[in-house]
Amino acid sequence: MTAPVVPLDRDQFHLAEEPHHPEGSSTMLGFWLYLMSDCLIFAMLFATYGVLGTSYAGGPGPKELFELPLVAVNTAMLLFSSITYGFAMLSMTEGRRGATQGWLAVTALFGLAFIGIELYEFTHLIMEGAGPQRSAFLSSFFTLVGTHGLHVTFGLIWLVVLMVQVQMKGLIPANRRRLMCLSLFWHFLDVVWIGVFTFVYLMGMLR
Amino acid sequence: MALPMTPSIPTVSPILGRFTIEALPLHEPIVVATFVAVALGGAALLGALTWFKLWGYLWKEWFTTVDHKRIGIMYMILGIVMLLRGFSDAIMMRAQQAMAFNGSEGYLNAHHYDQVFTAHGVIMIFFVAMPIVTGLMNYVVPLQIGARDVSFPFLNNFSFWMTGAGAAIVMMSLFVGEFAQTGWLAMPPLSGIGASPGVGVDYYIWSLQIAGIGTLLSGVNLIATIVKMRAPGMSMMKMPIFCWTALCTNILIVAAFPVLTAVLALLSLDRYADTAFFTNTLGGNPMMYVNLIWIWGHPEVYILILPMFGVFSEVVSTFSGKRLFGYTSMVYATLVITVLAYLVWLHHFFTMGSGASVNSFFGITTMIISIPTGAKIFNWLFTMYRGRVRFELPMMWSVAFMITFTLGGMTGVLLAVPPADFVLHNSLFLVAHFHNVIIGGVLFGAFAAINYWWPKAFGFKLNQFWGKVSFWFWVIGFYFAFMPLYVLGLMGVTRRLRTFDDPSLQIWFIIAGFGAFLVAIGIGAMLMQFYVSIRDREQLRDPTGDPWNGRTLEWSTSSPPPDYNFAFTPVIHDNDAWWDMKARGYQRPVNGYADIHMPSNTGTGMILGGLSVAFGVAMIWYVWWLAALAFVGILAVAIGHTFNYKRDFHIPATEVTAIEDARTARLVGAAA
Repeated sequence: MTAPVVPLDRDQFHLAEEPHHPEGSSTMLGFWLYLMSDCLIFAMLFATYGVLGTSYAGGPGPKELFELPLVAVNTAMLLFSSITYGFAMLSMTEGRRGATQGWLAVTALFGLAFIGIELYEFTHLIMEGAGPQRSAFLSSFFTLVGTHGLHVTFGLIWLVVLMVQVQMKGLIPANRRRLMCLSLFWHFLDVVWIGVFTFVYLMGMLR
Repeated sequence: MALPMTPSIPTVSPILGRFTIEALPLHEPIVVATFVAVALGGAALLGALTWFKLWGYLWKEWFTTVDHKRIGIMYMILGIVMLLRGFSDAIMMRAQQAMAFNGSEGYLNAHHYDQVFTAHGVIMIFFVAMPIVTGLMNYVVPLQIGARDVSFPFLNNFSFWMTGAGAAIVMMSLFVGEFAQTGWLAMPPLSGIGASPGVGVDYYIWSLQIAGIGTLLSGVNLIATIVKMRAPGMSMMKMPIFCWTALCTNILIVAAFPVLTAVLALLSLDRYADTAFFTNTLGGNPMMYVNLIWIWGHPEVYILILPMFGVFSEVVSTFSGKRLFGYTSMVYATLVITVLAYLVWLHHFFTMGSGASVNSFFGITTMIISIPTGAKIFNWLFTMYRGRVRFELPMMWSVAFMITFTLGGMTGVLLAVPPADFVLHNSLFLVAHFHNVIIGGVLFGAFAAINYWWPKAFGFKLNQFWGKVSFWFWVIGFYFAFMPLYVLGLMGVTRRLRTFDDPSLQIWFIIAGFGAFLVAIGIGAMLMQFYVSIRDREQLRDPTGDPWNGRTLEWSTSSPPPDYNFAFTPVIHDNDAWWDMKARGYQRPVNGYADIHMPSNTGTGMILGGLSVAFGVAMIWYVWWLAALAFVGILAVAIGHTFNYKRDFHIPATEVTAIEDARTARLVGAAA
């Protein structure tokens, strides 16, 4: 709540001075609410995977399809990208534009690597005849993992746009706020991926 | 093991997709006549706008506005226009069912009739009730909490245009191609590509997906507004009840609409990418869809009714001249309903066969909801008790609501008993039940709200005579239209039937048709009420800004409120803030105004809405190049918008002084 401290005079019914609402004071709350709604989309996709994840329809299951070493590398890419985004935010609070941009660029590279490996995995599966049309298990697998991948892709586009804007305008409050939002988004995707890695890949191998 | 099936998709042209001239329903005289009427009416409207040179005004003052009040009014207009469309569908169904006996096929063929009942449900829920609810919250919430606007004014404009885009796509389906023939929830496998290969279900999917984005973002916006923008002194437990119900509704929106988005996306994948989520083959599970869509669908009905509970609370308290009875219990009842709304979805399909324990759980949670709802009814009754009740139009609608909704609530508890539901499931009893609560609750609430806040929005009251005509025709028409359906449902008549064999049933359908006819007069009288009131606005003028002796902050400012709502930020000490100010002899300040910081208008929302229509239509007709182009366009416009850092301006103190001085003169004139 950004309202100024009120002198609670019982008969005072308006503020003589215009209260100062800092620009964008609701943005972080609003963006967090949006993220929670996005989280529910993922919850639905997880639930769908939970229900349909063993419906192989006579086709291949997780054990035949998943390559844990590849997924481990991919997970590392995304986790590293979260760390480097954190470094970008630290540079931002210190007001160092160059360092911020540098760490953002590193984050983007890790993100690209993640997407690249995921695309390789997807094409590999499809080439093996294990595409999303093969069974309900594969439909829900591709949709859950693919939705996460699409989010990372949009995050990358957003990251590039923000780098351009930071270059143009510097680390002004509006840009800092945007970087904070993307930071929430990026770490959120990391958390979702940990769910995917655990429930889809690791537990899939145990089945 | 079955092999993956390739659905039979007709040939797709690279330029026009699957659109051909046969897609125009030239063989359906009813549709052609409707189209001609709509085209002539539309041409007349566009011609008038051009003739009176109103385009610039509309663009500058309305389409690009970020003012929550104007956006609220646009939502209401959208809702009322779509009500006419949804009601046309309703009266067509009533006429068909009243005549299709003794071997008669009626006048609607099956292809058309199935679209009519689907479109009726979809339009009434998504494009009538939702815009009206969102419009009311948009208009009233910032005024009641003493704010200048919502937290994200541009997002608000964008949300409106996404809702409008969804409505445009639904309307387009009437004349280009067809609408879904699946019922309003498009359950697979019927809505799968095998059973519904046409464009109908795709129209359904894309209109709801696009409008759903608007609804979700508007929910985020209003939660942030209520949490962050309350005037100093207004703690949560000093908020007007309408704001509480709006907060809970928006929490429900943010927690429910993503589910709809996800489940419709999965259905789209089944239809477009040949996946196997809801198929009967390859391990798919259609009941998964039914579960998911009702996890959204049940909270949805509370999204619609909760704000109306808020409206009735404001109206009953104002027109009884009393503080609302049991404010705290009202807040907790609202919160309990919000939570329970998520724990009852399975009562929509007890017949799925999930077993006695699961059915009992959901039956009991459903019945428990009637406890907080009942508490609310008693709170309203006790507010009226020993009050000086003024039976103005909003109060009349509230009393009609209390009686009608209680009846609908009781049949709801009846349906919550699983064994009874096994008999009544999918029958006209169910149809009667949900119309009883949605018309008796949501629509009566909307009419109470329109009559209550119209003077605030436009500065003059609505005509009483036509308002009363509308009231009596609506209320009596409702009972004539839906009580027969309870009887028919108990006799075992199922919903969505086009023709009937048993001639003894016909009299009930004729009575129901007569009721729909009365409702038509009620709607006509309501339009007449608007027309007469606008014509006689000078006689109906309210210069005070407080025509009902109101209790909450919106009545403290002028009618219509200035762009900035309040010249000075109000300070709140009591639930009924304006009542408290009046009781303590508050004098409105008449000088000392300062510059006021405001958001600037922008056309981006409408452009994005237009591009979304293009994207949706391209996806529906498989025009892939246009879909790609529109999608890139949406991204480019959205990104381009973020490069605009100057999004605000100041209303100079001199302008504020001029506006407030004019109000001072009006108030002096009114007092003299």
